[in-house]
Amino acid sequence: MNYWPLLGIAVVIIGFVLRFNAVLVVICAGMVTGLCAWMPPLALLSALGESFLKTRTLPVILLLPLAIIGLLERHGLKQQAQRFIAGVKGATVGRLLSIYLLARESSAALGLTSLGGHPQMVRPLVAPMAEALAERQHPGLSQAMRDKVKAMAAATDNIGLFFGEDVFVAFGAIVLMHTFLRESGIETNPMHIALWGIPTAIAAFLIHAVRLRRLDHVLAAEQAKLSQTTPEHSEPPAC
Amino acid sequence: MLTLTHLYWLVGAIMALVALLTLLDKAHPRRFRSGLFWLSYAAIFIAGDFMPTALVGALVIGMALLAGLGGLAAGPYQALSEEKQQQSLQRLGKKLFIPALAIPGFTLVLVLVVGQVPALQWFDVKNLTLLSLGVACILAFAIACYLTRESPRQGGLEAKRLLEAIGWAFLLPHLLATLGLLFNQAGVGQIIASLSNDYLQLDSRLAAVTAYALAMAGFTVIMGNAFAAFPVITAGLGIPLLVMQHQANPAVMAAIGMFCGYCGTLLTPMAANFNIVPVALLGLKDQHAVIKAQAPTALLLLLVNIVLLDQLAF
Repeated sequence: MNYWPLLGIAVVIIGFVLRFNAVLVVICAGMVTGLCAWMPPLALLSALGESFLKTRTLPVILLLPLAIIGLLERHGLKQQAQRFIAGVKGATVGRLLSIYLLARESSAALGLTSLGGHPQMVRPLVAPMAEALAERQHPGLSQAMRDKVKAMAAATDNIGLFFGEDVFVAFGAIVLMHTFLRESGIETNPMHIALWGIPTAIAAFLIHAVRLRRLDHVLAAEQAKLSQTTPEHSEPPAC
Repeated sequence: MLTLTHLYWLVGAIMALVALLTLLDKAHPRRFRSGLFWLSYAAIFIAGDFMPTALVGALVIGMALLAGLGGLAAGPYQALSEEKQQQSLQRLGKKLFIPALAIPGFTLVLVLVVGQVPALQWFDVKNLTLLSLGVACILAFAIACYLTRESPRQGGLEAKRLLEAIGWAFLLPHLLATLGLLFNQAGVGQIIASLSNDYLQLDSRLAAVTAYALAMAGFTVIMGNAFAAFPVITAGLGIPLLVMQHQANPAVMAAIGMFCGYCGTLLTPMAANFNIVPVALLGLKDQHAVIKAQAPTALLLLLVNIVLLDQLAF
């Protein structure tokens, strides 16, 4: 067996570890993999082109909402989102994101995976709301903490989507598993595959919801620390 | 009937518009390189099916070089003046949410209506959700233009602004999916399966379960996609070790095994559309900020999955 195509994986790992531009790393890995599998250059170009054509649905989801979201942002969608959430009493980052997690995960479990997403929900609505709440919980928020809250909003969308969608029986992953097992001579019921996903789906929600609660505590602790240390800073340093 | 081809034309048209707006923009710092990038992408979307695949491959390499070597930069953008934005906010208020919520709203209605009434035959049913999203975006765009009193051209400029903010990360998910298919053609999966068959002899049940779970997560980290890892690792480890040797329930193994893969997806920059694109969209400094936010959840959940697999599958 020709083990050389594994070099492609090595290129990916080394490239990412050394933090080269990811696009260049990936295209190099593709070239290396193809050449190591002894594909002639023209066949490699063809294979590359054909695979690129087959996967054209990927950028579609990312691109289509942009014009709409851009127009709304131009007219103050983020400000409106922040104004709206500021009017909700008792709202915290943790609570907001937990509710979003629940909504995202349960709608994905019903097959409605397009009800969230980074370009159409996280950037214009969820992240600005979370940021506004963090600012309210902890005035004078550091940039690092602000980025952390925004990253958490994106993470919450991913986690809700991943562990919800796999519980939906008509989802591609279930079909893929069922077909693959059948081809390997093992009969399963797609319904059972979906149902056995539920314990993990619940665990994912619980683990992440606890972490979101802790984020509220971290914000509170930082705020407490800040109000304690501020007077100390004004004292002259002891010699 | 609407098919994916029509959706590709729409996307290609938007990309061509972005290319045109870039090329016409004399003040753009990377006018020609950015313009060429979007023009190539548009060509692949609109006419890709009629081009020789080798030409598409060459275009892809060209695009990767343009994007990877800093050819995509943000051009000048005329934001609405503070005063005008305030006026708009005053006038529109909560109505601003309508077009944003119309995207998922219309998608949902279309999926339900067209999905439940097969007699309509509006959409190619195989791609129902995507086509519904496409039509929903057109409708939401019309509402957004109407409410904000902006022209479709301004919409194009906004799409251009956001695409420039995303930069090279826009190409990455597509390129990674392509790489996954190339790996398959080069037989990377079979190599991994044969290596694990030859060198992994695990007699204890817990060790076998742990090996399968970790391999699913680990190979997903490398491939960036649990779907790509599932057939390889399940054929190499899952079926021979768990099902044949230890009589695991295959449905439980598949369900939880795939979730172990998803834990890997949360940890890898290779899953660019989930982990790198939002970094660009949210303007975060740290390239791996989203992965870091996800890592504790992913690792804890991987542990839970190993326990669940060990308890439920036998």
